[in-house]
Amino acid sequence: MNTSTAGRFVGQSVKRLEDPRLLTGRGRYVDDVMQPGTLHCAFLRSDVARGRIARLDVAAARELEGVFAVLTAADLNPHAGTMQPTLLLTIAGAPLRPLADGDVRFVGEPIVLVVADDRYVAEDALELVDIEIDAEHAVIVPDDALRADAPLVHPELTSNLGLEMAFPVPPELQALLDGGAPNIVRRTFRQHRHTNVPMETRGIVADYDPASGELHTWMSTQNPHEAKQAIARIAGIPAHRVRVQAQDVGGGFGQKFFTQREELTVALAARRLGRTLKWIEDRRENLIASNHARADVGECAFAIDDDGRLLGTYLDHLEDAGAFPVGATGGAGPLVGLLFTGPYKSPLAAFRTRAAWTNTCARGAYRGPWMFETVAREQMVDAAAREIGMDPLEWRRRNVIGRDDLPYTLPTGMTLEHVSPAETLEQAAALVDYDGFRAEQQRALAEGRLLGIGLGLYVEPSTGMMDPMGTETAVVRVNPNGQVTVALGTCSHGQGIETTMAQVVAEELGIDLDDVRIVQGDSAVTAFGRGTGGSGTAVIAGNACRDACAIVRAKAVHIAAHLMEASPDDLEIVDARISVRGTPTRAVAWHEVARIAHLETARLPEGAAVGLEGTATFKAPPFSWSNACHACTVEVDRATGQVEILRYVVSEDCGVMINPMIVEGQIAGGVVQGIGGTLYEHFVYDDDGNPLTTTFMDYLVPTTTEVPVIEYGHVETPSATPGGHKGMGEGGAIGSPPAVFNAVADALALVGATIDRTPLTPDTLLAALDAFDAAPA
Amino acid sequence: MLPVEMTVNGRRQRALLDARKTLADFLREDCELTGTHLGCEHGVCGACTVLLDGDAVRSCLLFAVQADGANVTTVEGIGGPDGALSPVQDAFRQEHGLQCGFCTPGFVVSVTALLRENPKPSEDEIREALSGNLCRCTGYQGIVRAVEKAAGS
Repeated sequence: MNTSTAGRFVGQSVKRLEDPRLLTGRGRYVDDVMQPGTLHCAFLRSDVARGRIARLDVAAARELEGVFAVLTAADLNPHAGTMQPTLLLTIAGAPLRPLADGDVRFVGEPIVLVVADDRYVAEDALELVDIEIDAEHAVIVPDDALRADAPLVHPELTSNLGLEMAFPVPPELQALLDGGAPNIVRRTFRQHRHTNVPMETRGIVADYDPASGELHTWMSTQNPHEAKQAIARIAGIPAHRVRVQAQDVGGGFGQKFFTQREELTVALAARRLGRTLKWIEDRRENLIASNHARADVGECAFAIDDDGRLLGTYLDHLEDAGAFPVGATGGAGPLVGLLFTGPYKSPLAAFRTRAAWTNTCARGAYRGPWMFETVAREQMVDAAAREIGMDPLEWRRRNVIGRDDLPYTLPTGMTLEHVSPAETLEQAAALVDYDGFRAEQQRALAEGRLLGIGLGLYVEPSTGMMDPMGTETAVVRVNPNGQVTVALGTCSHGQGIETTMAQVVAEELGIDLDDVRIVQGDSAVTAFGRGTGGSGTAVIAGNACRDACAIVRAKAVHIAAHLMEASPDDLEIVDARISVRGTPTRAVAWHEVARIAHLETARLPEGAAVGLEGTATFKAPPFSWSNACHACTVEVDRATGQVEILRYVVSEDCGVMINPMIVEGQIAGGVVQGIGGTLYEHFVYDDDGNPLTTTFMDYLVPTTTEVPVIEYGHVETPSATPGGHKGMGEGGAIGSPPAVFNAVADALALVGATIDRTPLTPDTLLAALDAFDAAPA
Repeated sequence: MLPVEMTVNGRRQRALLDARKTLADFLREDCELTGTHLGCEHGVCGACTVLLDGDAVRSCLLFAVQADGANVTTVEGIGGPDGALSPVQDAFRQEHGLQCGFCTPGFVVSVTALLRENPKPSEDEIREALSGNLCRCTGYQGIVRAVEKAAGS
């Protein structure tokens, strides 16, 4: 049976089905949910990074008219179940708690929850809380946290080392790094703290009905099923009595994958108070207390032979975990180490990775949480190439994994297959006219202008290694009129899943796109699933849809064969008609089969089940890989230190694209987050742990005026999974930081200046240029 | 409490409000027009942009009482009553000018105001005019294309 109509929808830049409601103001985000009798929440947060709560008196706040309740740790914490997320329940992390109890551990830590008639009154009540905190010495950076005499961020633990993992140095590598290699290049790179900044902050509406014992919540979440499990655990409600819904979610980029402390606390409070509570985070809270990311240091070493070929690498990585990370003990340090050699051939590699607790906002998932492997490696490649007198593109050409090298097993043990790093490198170099730019750069230099070009080459894993992240279930239901409803455990927050998954289903069933509706973001009407994150939807949900459609298709064909007295093997589905191959006039309409399956069941073949639906669960392989190469050209203004991006090119290989328009949109969004992160965005603490960038006036998100036009190239190497797709949603934010950094470093190198850390603010670059100018010739 | 009366998307709205209630909260809570979004509440992100007597303003920075007597258009009032997209809205869809959609109402309103004042903006003028609206998903690529398309340039 051949029912393929390949390319009718899959591979087309179909306009998004979700857009009309979003464009007309009819989306439904969490703050748009207005339940009768809703009370509004606000948190009192610590303004001290580390200290003892000497006095806490909420009597005056409780007296304020319009206040329903003022809850402290004493009221809530004893009733809380575990706050560990499902994925990592077995990993010992920070000692999580709903409200600060006795001490505070970062500025922004929630201490008191006020519940009032409206948010205005709730915030009035916060002003009436009488609190005194005795500040103590806080540890703000990992280097300080790991000193022997450092105070403990968590007194319950024995040190500030949250995680340590080492991949031991083999003797051959040690010998190379001790002087055996013709070239040994060492650099230390520092990546600064920045954060996700979804335009919609976090929020929850938690509606508890004491009579039924059911908690119905609406959340801004990437992952309703995780939220359901987590809320059930903390609030002590059986999971089947918890429902989590989210129709539209205003971005997340990892921040909303795990259910965090505030949402859990509000859900617990709703359970305790027996009321409907709403908490909508404000921007200051989101900036200081949701999650931060990217605070990493990497000491890198490359051993290189006389021809510029990599002999071995070492990375010593230290990441800042903050105080209360939800979801992991730190970030993704082990993956940083395992992937450090990335798209290059290296016979040997070793690493150590550590995560340190600090009295700061928690580290959390942000678009490619492990991306420091690409940042450190790609910046290292340019530094190493420069040190041995080779052009960085030529260095990459000599070391990149080519088609003939595949499958290629990294020295750390993971195997790359179905990737094309060499092809994307060449495509990006051609698109950006690398050689032409080098000539232009020299001409500009002769005029005293500093131009630079940078590359960022990487392989991007999307993992099915960890349950439940590798699994998704699709329920494909054909209604009696032939139209199809598909239930998925996903939760789109910008990815266009209502469109892309409808494309897959319409393609597989041979029906019209308009006849498919995707339902997601509701734990009560979808099967348990992984949510949306980790670049997993195309491969995992896509193949769940594909497998479920195969079941539906087989049933439909079985019915049609019976009706037409034909063999199922001779039938195909084309344009919503099931026909005998080669004899299109012998056909039965798709909707007729659906009608008979439900409403004229006496005509079904003997033994056939009534109805027309299929459920399938897809389990992804442990790793599937996409890859890309970014190329960026810049001009650095020698007088002001300002960076202008001249051109930005991405060559992407994510296998078979479901919707190229959406793929390019994902690339663009990630690239601009990386540009922002490298040049502008910096979450700053002072030495005492006070946040200094608490508004959009201080925390600078890129605007239209800073952003270049992004140019795309595509290479298509299908994955081994059905459909041939590969995850790619995070990659834009992985490749762009080192591409921008390398371009700026390339420009500075023209005059001998160097940089080793981000952000690349005008001040930093002027200092780097001045240091060179001041240095003796 | 102060009496407030204004026309919102062609409909007269009357209420007794706390003087401190923002225009954004009035539109969302009292008028139940939740298309106007709050992304920062300090006047930078532009998600709450509405038209006040034809001018694009940030409804998070105005008190509702300041709009007394005014004519307000929110994103719900931009398209046709039957759900038909305006040329600006349709261009955003055609050019993939939105992803999560949270900032989108502010952009739609800002672009609508821009094209009324300057029907044929250059790319630089578009970028300058939209630099007061933040989008975190699209990298502004489709947004700039959408404005060019809506302007027919």
